[in-house]
Amino acid sequence: MPKIGVLAIQGDFLEHGKMLDAISIDWSEVRLPDQLEGLDGLIIPGGESTTIVQLMDIYGFRDAIKRRSSEGMAVWGTCAGMIVIARKLLDRRPEPLGLMNIEVSRNAFGRQVDSFETDIQVSSIEGDPIHAIFIRAPVVTNVGPEVEIIAEVEDGKPVAVKQGKLMATSFHPELTDDTRLHELFCRLSSS
Amino acid sequence: MAIETKPDTGTWTVKSGLAQMLKGGVIMDVVTPDQAKIAEDAGAVAVMALERVPSDIRKMGGVARMSDPKMIAEIIEAVTIPVMAKARIGHFVEAQVLEALGVDYVDESEVLTPADENNHISKDDFKVPFVCGARDLGEALRRIGEGAAMIRTKGEAGSGNIVEAVRHARKVLGQINHIKSMEADELMATARDLKAPYELVKGIHESGELPVVNFAAGGISTPADAALMMQIGVDGVFVGSGIFKSERPDIMADAIVKATTHFNDPHMLAEVSKGLGDAMPGLDIRTMPESEQLATRGC
Repeated sequence: MPKIGVLAIQGDFLEHGKMLDAISIDWSEVRLPDQLEGLDGLIIPGGESTTIVQLMDIYGFRDAIKRRSSEGMAVWGTCAGMIVIARKLLDRRPEPLGLMNIEVSRNAFGRQVDSFETDIQVSSIEGDPIHAIFIRAPVVTNVGPEVEIIAEVEDGKPVAVKQGKLMATSFHPELTDDTRLHELFCRLSSS
Repeated sequence: MAIETKPDTGTWTVKSGLAQMLKGGVIMDVVTPDQAKIAEDAGAVAVMALERVPSDIRKMGGVARMSDPKMIAEIIEAVTIPVMAKARIGHFVEAQVLEALGVDYVDESEVLTPADENNHISKDDFKVPFVCGARDLGEALRRIGEGAAMIRTKGEAGSGNIVEAVRHARKVLGQINHIKSMEADELMATARDLKAPYELVKGIHESGELPVVNFAAGGISTPADAALMMQIGVDGVFVGSGIFKSERPDIMADAIVKATTHFNDPHMLAEVSKGLGDAMPGLDIRTMPESEQLATRGC
């Protein structure tokens, strides 16, 4: 069984923890870089990406996460987390980590009054569509050749992507009762 | 991979969900685009755009209203983090204006002079989410019943004194614990005594927590104040006058953000509390006439 960490600097990290509890996965809060040691997977939760990156840099997470990722730790970013792990951001800030070969645009659907929920089909997930909650959500505007688009909305905007042991979603599976994406990430972490 | 259903906007999930994303963070009052940028640089999760911070509203007296939409629009333009703005209690047209401006959260706030002494805004009628102040659980649940998607303690805004925020947070959390441990047949009488919707009281009995995110506000002026509120059990903090009325706003903003993340680490708190200069001047609530206490507005 994989050991999963949830970055607990700011945002809805406890909601991710509840999802992992629901599928009986051993998880821990990660507040400082040395807590990354021994993890098979790291979830970077929803929150404010500028705040999360600011604090990650202060505590020296940037290099530590890159190193652990190159050693085989899986990483999944949801919403703000997608922004954090992107290679390039179309907005002036924050400075992303550059883990995943995707280009991302922040608040791509508009302001809070434009936040929405809808059902989407995710190609790696069997069965019913996933109910996806988009809150001031980013979208992927460009992907490298090694990146697989596993879900998109309306005019083909990618909202879920996979690259090796990296995953990113624009939406918040942790705000639903559907644990299938968490199960997918745990399988990725153990692989 | 095509879309399955028409997307829904303004739902309860997306309204209360934005507050979930703010957890563990600091929301700062700002009066100019420059202050908004300082707040964003320090790692604020959102800013509250207003013309005067509460301590100045207190000094000015008179009627305090919604801020100039031009100034709110400039702050929205200046930062990428969510922008909140205040409407007077019961002033649903000010809230309509704020929604039209594109603010991300409306604070129906006792810091402004109430427009309606009996009724709050019917918040379910809006797509923009609302945060409201509360001094106890009954007040919090009445606001949630009207559609508030986030709650904060009222504290005593602009006082620089944490005592009221502590009182209100302890009261709300204590009442939640009490309801959690009750027998089911006591819930109706409790709803009656709290003047709160029965369904919400029942929900707390079952889940053991508020159905929305709960922040502290009103009197937080140091990193230790912020960490105190977090340890008492709130989800995050609002800092009003405490940052831009301190001697070194940029350093104070930075320190309060770090203290809110590492609220349980006294060594980190000691480090960030060093050399901050003077905090804002404070007021003793016990010598304050009730007519000057903002927390008593709206209930």
